[in-house]
Amino acid sequence: MVRWNRLAGVLSPLVAVAAAFLVGGLVVLAIGESPIRIYAILFRGAFGSVDGVGHVLFNACPLIFAGLAVAFAFRAGLFNIGGEGQLYIGSFVCAWAGLALVGVPAWIAIPLLILAAAAGGGLWASIPGVLKARFGVHEVINTIMMNFIAIGLTSYLVINVFKEAGQMTPQTVEITAGQLPRLAGPLRAIGIPLPLANPLNASILIALAAIWLAWFILYRTTFGYEVRAVGLNPQAAENAGINVRRTIVLAMVVSGAFAGLVATNEIMGFRHRFLDNFSSGLGFMGIAVALLGKNTPVGVLFAALLFGVLNTGALEVDVFTDVPRELILVLQAVTIILVVVGNEVLARKLRAREARVALEAAGEAS
Amino acid sequence: MAGGPAIEMRGITKRYPRVVANDRVDLEVADGEIHAIVGENGAGKSTLMKVLYGLTPADAGVIRLKGKKLEKHRPADAIRAGLGMVHQHFMLVDTLTVAENVILGEEPRRNGVLIDAAAARERVESLSAEYGFELDPAEYIENLSVGLEQRVEIVKVLYRGADVLILDEPTGVLTPQEVKELFVILRALRNSGRTIVFITHKLDEVIELADRVTVMRDGRVAGVVEASATTKEELARMMVGRDVLLRVSKDVAAPGPTVLEVAGLTAVGRKGREVLSGIDFEIRAGEVLGIAGVQGNGQTELVEVITGLRKAAGGRVFLNATDITNRSPRQIRDLGVAHVPEDRQARGLVLGFTIAENIALGRHHREPYSRHGHLRLDAMREHAAELIDENDLKPRDPDAEARHLSGGNQQKLIVAREFDCEPSLLVASQPTRGVDIGAIEFVHQSLLGMRDAGAAVLLVSAELSEIMTLADRIIVMYGGRIVAAFDGGSVSEEELGVFMTGAGGGGGAGAGEGAGEAGRAGTPDGTGAPEAMH
Ligand SMILES: Nc1ncnc2c1ncn2[C@@H]1O[C@H](COP(=O)(O)OP(=O)(O)OP(=O)(O)O)[C@@H](O)[C@H]1O
Ligand SMILES: [Mg+2]
Repeated sequence: MVRWNRLAGVLSPLVAVAAAFLVGGLVVLAIGESPIRIYAILFRGAFGSVDGVGHVLFNACPLIFAGLAVAFAFRAGLFNIGGEGQLYIGSFVCAWAGLALVGVPAWIAIPLLILAAAAGGGLWASIPGVLKARFGVHEVINTIMMNFIAIGLTSYLVINVFKEAGQMTPQTVEITAGQLPRLAGPLRAIGIPLPLANPLNASILIALAAIWLAWFILYRTTFGYEVRAVGLNPQAAENAGINVRRTIVLAMVVSGAFAGLVATNEIMGFRHRFLDNFSSGLGFMGIAVALLGKNTPVGVLFAALLFGVLNTGALEVDVFTDVPRELILVLQAVTIILVVVGNEVLARKLRAREARVALEAAGEAS
Repeated sequence: MAGGPAIEMRGITKRYPRVVANDRVDLEVADGEIHAIVGENGAGKSTLMKVLYGLTPADAGVIRLKGKKLEKHRPADAIRAGLGMVHQHFMLVDTLTVAENVILGEEPRRNGVLIDAAAARERVESLSAEYGFELDPAEYIENLSVGLEQRVEIVKVLYRGADVLILDEPTGVLTPQEVKELFVILRALRNSGRTIVFITHKLDEVIELADRVTVMRDGRVAGVVEASATTKEELARMMVGRDVLLRVSKDVAAPGPTVLEVAGLTAVGRKGREVLSGIDFEIRAGEVLGIAGVQGNGQTELVEVITGLRKAAGGRVFLNATDITNRSPRQIRDLGVAHVPEDRQARGLVLGFTIAENIALGRHHREPYSRHGHLRLDAMREHAAELIDENDLKPRDPDAEARHLSGGNQQKLIVAREFDCEPSLLVASQPTRGVDIGAIEFVHQSLLGMRDAGAAVLLVSAELSEIMTLADRIIVMYGGRIVAAFDGGSVSEEELGVFMTGAGGGGGAGAGEGAGEAGRAGTPDGTGAPEAMH
């Protein structure tokens, strides 16, 4: 049954994804388009060229960070809805550090900017962490509130303090320090013809490292052990001498740091500026990514890749068909909902036995 | 006695990855009898009942309830067929009244929408009167003692129309007095024609209450006997496959210097009520101090304050002359205090962790489990494997999830962990709750071994016989105070019983004060339900 479980764990998201595509197809059908054509365009966009694959990875990259943020907090029993705010603050701090470090060589500036991004996100997340640990305020409520504050605050700062002079766009001047290299150059050197214009950059390597790091922290460090203990049973954790409050705050900090690292792709690797409202929901997508990835680091990787495919393909559909842009967004949202909900339902079905065991665990001392 | 048996299970087989929990088990329970199921920890008793109730499907076998075949059923089907299960971990809503809890999910309606509160009250009252439950329908659950909560669970099951009742270790959490009262109720239920199956590790109870007994061993049925025609010794032999001592040998204590000193300790509960008042005592090295008392009289709070889980409002706690009052649980642990908590699932274990991870719990931050913040899984597994051997834990696999252990094995796991660290003070609450007789013998022997090695032991147990057997000195708590103190051996169970009910004079006012407060472990800070979120 252990094996069966593991199989179900992998299988259920896959089947759910297939079902999602099916229902998505029906939606397309309903507006009088051919689902086959639309999906063909979607997948051609994602996998039809090296450029497409590069875009998939580029789009997946921030979702990996955002997904890790949610997954990590979840292990501590916390539902961090505040990834969006944390990534804004992380990105802003990162941009600000970049602006302050003009002229500093890349090998110094890059690590500093990465740290700034993580610190910004982590610090921002520590606030709801402290509110939860000290006053018992539910993290869902205060992370949502912190999102509004973060978006408003960065918006104010970039428009009123840091805006590029003489420009209409609410963004900072170009950040020259600590830019992450794009990968097109090196990849072409080893024979992979990624177009030079492709935005894929070294942040994807940081994302992969972050996945490993999240796994390592959770399963190979004393701190991670405490995080999991607190997430699974805070009372037993307390009895075991674990400082539950401190663990909650620290888990939020680590979670927020992962969210802040979105800046490595968005600021350091791609825009080289802080643009007002640039994220438009990456942090929230992270929730879907984490759920689909079953809150495991490796699961987050695959889920982020799937969403990367959808984002990339959707762009293609937008460009090459008459399907209105809004409809693509709808299609995407439907897909996400179905993937996540479908995954839940299916997981439950497949593991009906386990579900009942869970019931037992709640009900009876075996 | 119209016709066949109430329950008929034939050839039930249930396999789990590491064990065959039930191996072609037959169980036949006659209509209107009280049927006991006994067996060692992990013998498959709970599994059999879960299969019967529809909580988990069997791999093979046939189930008939009052002649009707139950197939691929779920608890809802079982309930409809007249089966009721009294869960060991009560599933009551604290902030609702008795009546509200009973009708929860099955509310009598007025005009199809409104809950008919009056009808609910009446129903509860009439059930209560019929079988002598003595429950006040309007009382809130949080103000009830454990024994009363259990009665609410039974009423709940009856309210849903059950005439076959399953009780998995119903007496584990009860005081001797409560056990007596429960038995009166169970007999009344049988006399009204209901059938009762109960699981227990206490063989006295089997002989006293049951009509027939099914003995299980290693997933099989080792025998079925008439309770009136058997003895404890015979049952034990059938369970274990060898003679069991049923007695521990205990040397005279040789107390050393004072290890724990509690002076003028007070604590307040959730509603600002004083749950501990002026507690004074000390325990010396090489000595077992037993605390007797009806659950809910401050024992839980006392243990929590000593182990750092609850703040003292006044007074002092010294460990080896160091003031540990209101220190953190980790500081106190690191100073050499081990703690077997009273509720294994709430405080003792992380059910989602493996055996190895649970063995490390509490010392996970130190060598050999951690080095420089790095977790050493090999060391964890290795040590777990050793303790599994020494303590005869099942399954013998460090990577098995604690969730999948039988109740008794979960308890043994905690005991193994806490006894393992050579503490200078061992605080043991209900250390043998739910463990089988063989294991009780082992736990008692180990506990005395620790005493003889120089540990001070604070033993809290609802089991008077356990206290009588192990304690060198006994104090009785009532209403948050110490109302009597004795030297072990100088007092009878009856005398203790008198003091435990506050009738011995000198006790605090307000019988049952803090019952609700003390009965459950206080949630620290709204960190949410532990295991529920997955
Ligand atoms: N969900 C599960 N997954 C894996 N193994 C399980 C599961 N539930 C029970 N087992 C195993 O089945 C065996 C029988 O367990 P069961 O809970 O029926 O024992 P029990 O007789 O009730 O013991 P106890 O007296 O300790 O409560 C044990 O070895 C246990 O580890
Ligand atoms: Mg059991």
